[in-house]
Amino acid sequence: MALVTLEHVSKSYPAAGRAAEAVVAVDDVSLEIEAGDVYGIIGYSGAGKSTLVRLVNALEPATSGSIRIDGQEITSLRERELRGIRLGIGMIFQQFELFEAKTVRANVAYPLKVAGWSKADIRARVDELLAFVGLSDKAGARPDQLSGGQKQRVGIARALATRPRILLADEATSALDPETTQEVLALLKRVNEEQGVTIIVITHEMDVIQSIATKVAVMDRGRVIEHGDVFDVFSAPRHPSSQRFVGTVVKGVPSPAELAVLRERHEGRIVTCSFRDGDASQARVFLDLAEAGLEFELVYGGINDIRGRAFGHLTLAVRGDDTAIDRALAAVAQHADVTEVR
Amino acid sequence: MDRLLELGPEFWAAAGETLYMVALTMLFGGAGGFLLGIGLYATRRGGLLPNSVVNNVLNVVINFFRPIPFIIFIAAVQPLTRAVIGVGIGTDAAIFALSLAAAFAIGRIVEQNLLTVRPGVIEAARSMGAGPLRILGTVVVPEALGPLILGYTFIVIAVIDMSAMAGLIGGGGLGYFAQLYGFRQFEPVVTWAAVLLIVVFVQVVQYVGNWLARRVLRR
Repeated sequence: MALVTLEHVSKSYPAAGRAAEAVVAVDDVSLEIEAGDVYGIIGYSGAGKSTLVRLVNALEPATSGSIRIDGQEITSLRERELRGIRLGIGMIFQQFELFEAKTVRANVAYPLKVAGWSKADIRARVDELLAFVGLSDKAGARPDQLSGGQKQRVGIARALATRPRILLADEATSALDPETTQEVLALLKRVNEEQGVTIIVITHEMDVIQSIATKVAVMDRGRVIEHGDVFDVFSAPRHPSSQRFVGTVVKGVPSPAELAVLRERHEGRIVTCSFRDGDASQARVFLDLAEAGLEFELVYGGINDIRGRAFGHLTLAVRGDDTAIDRALAAVAQHADVTEVR
Repeated sequence: MDRLLELGPEFWAAAGETLYMVALTMLFGGAGGFLLGIGLYATRRGGLLPNSVVNNVLNVVINFFRPIPFIIFIAAVQPLTRAVIGVGIGTDAAIFALSLAAAFAIGRIVEQNLLTVRPGVIEAARSMGAGPLRILGTVVVPEALGPLILGYTFIVIAVIDMSAMAGLIGGGGLGYFAQLYGFRQFEPVVTWAAVLLIVVFVQVVQYVGNWLARRVLRR
């Protein structure tokens, strides 16, 4: 049984003005998130990702559909009962949302007080958590004395305080620089691997998905348009919207504007070859073209690595006899997806 | 100047009355205004305990009383003062009117300052399973404490100002003293002595308020 199950979940907000229509933020979403997953939810801003994640801990009530946490239906629970559920689900935020008036220690202790822990237990648990996130020396500091990365580490310690099984990360690294992002992602990975916490990450950053996610769902206009294994979704997106999104975050596919420049700058025919898994097929492509006696150059491209599996796109300008090129491309098509762009 | 020295005992008694009225007004009006402000804040739409009926009632009551000039208010509220305090005149009657007027003003100021708390931290507390009353007490008020202190400082000074009108119902104080012995007896030195002492009060209050707020904000 999945740890988090969403079935036909929708969330709409009533119309703001008299003439306005109700806004559907989440539209008939069904997902299953297994214990131990790092589940990425990606999409452009406004796609409904943040609303979706807030349905999981019922910060926002769903309009319709069923949400089960560890088998328990939460859509029918009352606010008071939901508070108990929330103790088992940690959450971290883009803007960290630390209590500025409290010390680091008091921030991390807060959910434990809510959960009714004893003073001595709180003290021991906070020490343990601060050591885990590497901030033992900052226990007495105020949030405004910390860097962004340190703030998010406090946020993570606070979210994990009550030993939740699920951690929701809402654009948790979007306000951080690339280096700090990697630090925080490494920490989240440890949270998942060492403590077995299931993590749901909302993001629009490819890096985040690439470094920690095991599964991914692509959202567009409130709907999950594609979901599955990260490698599959990113190397061969099926839905046009996910192709568009993946195209903007994955290296190697020239945008229409870039393509126009390439066409102007390079003679001959321009083809994009897409590879999945392994470098052998790339070598074959170059070999096929060389054997056909064609002149070719690499004009655009990139190789991506997701957890040790590579995929990529290479755009080549090929010059020579047209029939020879046709024949060579047919051979290339045995090893890679070939799209002729001129 | 001689006249002022002659009036020494009356002057200090009036200063004492002003301090007494301001202190008790801040105690009663401050507490009442705090509750009003919390109520306004919590019951607004999208708030922690949204309740449009309560919110509308509070808003209408505050909007009704707040624009009344205090010199009119102190007279208009006299029947209520008599019902609550037992008498309609004197220092205690003035404190009642002052507290009521101050509470309505403080309610708004508390509401405004609580609204500066980022919704994100409230959401964070909710995500940890905290209930609305706990969030009000342990997140919203502590997070807004710096601006709240400055808001209260502002109100103390406004109450010092209002207390000068307490003489209308026999409340005494420095305002009445300046009127009676200064203005009406053509003794500008006496008037200015009262003014200077009020300025000193205001400066001290502002200084203490700033100092406290800075300590809380740690900036």
